[in-house]
Amino acid sequence: MRKWFLVSMLVLVSSALFLAACSKKDASAPKEITIGFNIPLTGDIPKVGEESKFAGEMLKNEINEAGGLEVGGQKYKLNFVYADNESKAESAVSVALKLIEKDQVLAIVGPNSSKQAVPAGQACDDNHTPMISPWSTNPDTTLDRPWVFRAAFLDPFQGPVAADFAMEQFGAKTAAVLYALANDYSKGLAEIFKGDFEKKNGAESVVAFESYGDKDQDFSAQLTKIIAAKPDFIFLPNNYNEVALTIKQAHDLGWAGPFMGADAWGNSELMTLCGDDCKGQYFSTHYAAAGATGATKEFIDKYKSLYGYQPADVAALTWDATRIVLKAIQDMGSLSDNLADNRKGIRDALANIAEFPGITGNMKFDAQGDPIKCAVVVKINDQGEFEFTKSVCP
Amino acid sequence: MLASILQNIINALQWGSFYSLIALGYTLVYGVLLLINFAHGDVFMVGAYIAFFVATFLLSFSALPGWGVLALTIPLCMILTALVGVSLERIAYRPLRRKGAHRLYVVITALMCGLVLENGNLALLGASRKAFPELIHKVVFTFGSVTMTNLKIAVILSAFLTFFILQFIVTKTKIGMAMRAISYDKFAVPLMGIPIDTVIVFTFVLGSAFAGLAGLLFALSYPILDPYMGAMIGWKAFIAAVVGGIGDIRGAFLGGFLLGFVEILVVAFFPSTYRDLIAFSILLVILCIKPTGLFGVAQTTKI
Repeated sequence: MRKWFLVSMLVLVSSALFLAACSKKDASAPKEITIGFNIPLTGDIPKVGEESKFAGEMLKNEINEAGGLEVGGQKYKLNFVYADNESKAESAVSVALKLIEKDQVLAIVGPNSSKQAVPAGQACDDNHTPMISPWSTNPDTTLDRPWVFRAAFLDPFQGPVAADFAMEQFGAKTAAVLYALANDYSKGLAEIFKGDFEKKNGAESVVAFESYGDKDQDFSAQLTKIIAAKPDFIFLPNNYNEVALTIKQAHDLGWAGPFMGADAWGNSELMTLCGDDCKGQYFSTHYAAAGATGATKEFIDKYKSLYGYQPADVAALTWDATRIVLKAIQDMGSLSDNLADNRKGIRDALANIAEFPGITGNMKFDAQGDPIKCAVVVKINDQGEFEFTKSVCP
Repeated sequence: MLASILQNIINALQWGSFYSLIALGYTLVYGVLLLINFAHGDVFMVGAYIAFFVATFLLSFSALPGWGVLALTIPLCMILTALVGVSLERIAYRPLRRKGAHRLYVVITALMCGLVLENGNLALLGASRKAFPELIHKVVFTFGSVTMTNLKIAVILSAFLTFFILQFIVTKTKIGMAMRAISYDKFAVPLMGIPIDTVIVFTFVLGSAFAGLAGLLFALSYPILDPYMGAMIGWKAFIAAVVGGIGDIRGAFLGGFLLGFVEILVVAFFPSTYRDLIAFSILLVILCIKPTGLFGVAQTTKI
């Protein structure tokens, strides 16, 4: 009897101590704001993930060093969780679920490519967690998903920008397109471009419309077909690694005409992989690093001094996207203890942001949660820098 | 039209050469051990990386010109890749064989070895891609509207040369005879005084060395390396080896070119969206008509 008494006392005391310790920890520990990053740290486009992570770290350190993010008079430390989606659609969904369930994040930044952002957006929307994709340009990412936002312009805007620019710059009457079939971004943009170019230059003015599969490295058959069709230029709405291979192979097959690309080209690794073959080509993108001013220049300089290279558009967009989320949290006025309420509050605050001055330009948001902002066309100059050529606003 | 067909034939010859070189490695190991070495595609990837490191090392620490570096890189890369293949055999396959494990388990082990190589590479070197240095000056030859580069010619010639070397070794030499004997009867061969392990190691040396060569040529032609580069091409080369009749050198060689031609010509005449669909349907039909592959022989079960 005595023994039982002792044991039960011990259990009671220890649990009381444990509870006390827990509540004490809750009271004294600084409250944190946890935001998840669903980014490709490995896989096809690791540099995109790296730049997103660095931009996130830079912003986090800046705010935490200043004491934290102020929400309704109280300072909160930021905690960013970087999860790797391996640049795969299925991993992006499981990473989103992990961030939502296990890490209990308030909001998710990313995924970057539409290939992952479209499926991950569904997962976030179903689980009522706000998500903002920095880089995804495919309309489906945010379409009819009240919980999903983005910081980049859309392909229905980007496609015509590329078509207009090529018609003006190269005097193009015909075009050829080579795109990646398994990539929502590439396929969507290719189709939008084709529709727009044919509207302006007559049916059949896109003389070749070819695709390749996942992990393909040889494009010689498609390029042979394209070159035989004699287009005025080739449109390549593809990731930078495939662009490097495509352009080299096209030159091997005797192509000397121009290429036009889209925002997925704008990566700091493009020139390492592509070298001289890419010089002189044009692509549309979110911002031009060379010749930037104001807050954009400050961001570029700081990033360069910390990580040693010029940040590409994805870093700048992640910076903007994360700041939009933080602004939404501040707009809420206060955070409650209930995670679901907080998530709902952030979503509503995000939907209420009318205008945001980002380093990638001024953004206004429409009813779908998509920003209305300008695009720039850059030229890859002889030093391998992305040089500002033209700005196109909606 | 004629020019475009000629151009596609050249494209197909180059692309088929890579399938052939990798398929030869599958078929060699299968021919001797009846083991599908699924790690072979990744050994090819390791070969490309070894070539990258050897070439960049030689470029920065020696005053050799590009062709000199290439001439040294070829044998070094083949030797080092052969070592990787042999280590795989020693660490992963031989213990299982000693314990008399069923072939199925060894195949699964091979699959896992492939994943270990891929992810080991990812962990060691990071996900960022490597750009292979340009070792020889690329020359583009143009005949009318047909173009080819000196590199493409070198790749095609190497594939043919490799085939003749392997065919010679397997059919004309003593060790080749031992290899064929092991595949014929694994239990009787040691009784005849043939050192079975030596022959198996030799098989892996041959297969992996040529995977290394394929990796080097691939890195020269498509100068962007990533840890998963071997997976897809490895699977497709395996399919090529099966269609050719796995276990037969001629089968693997022709199967590789067949797959290369089918893939490229399908794109030339149909929308490229349907490439893999049509290409692999054609191979399926070939297998339906001849289930053992083009050069395969139906196996008789021994009682």
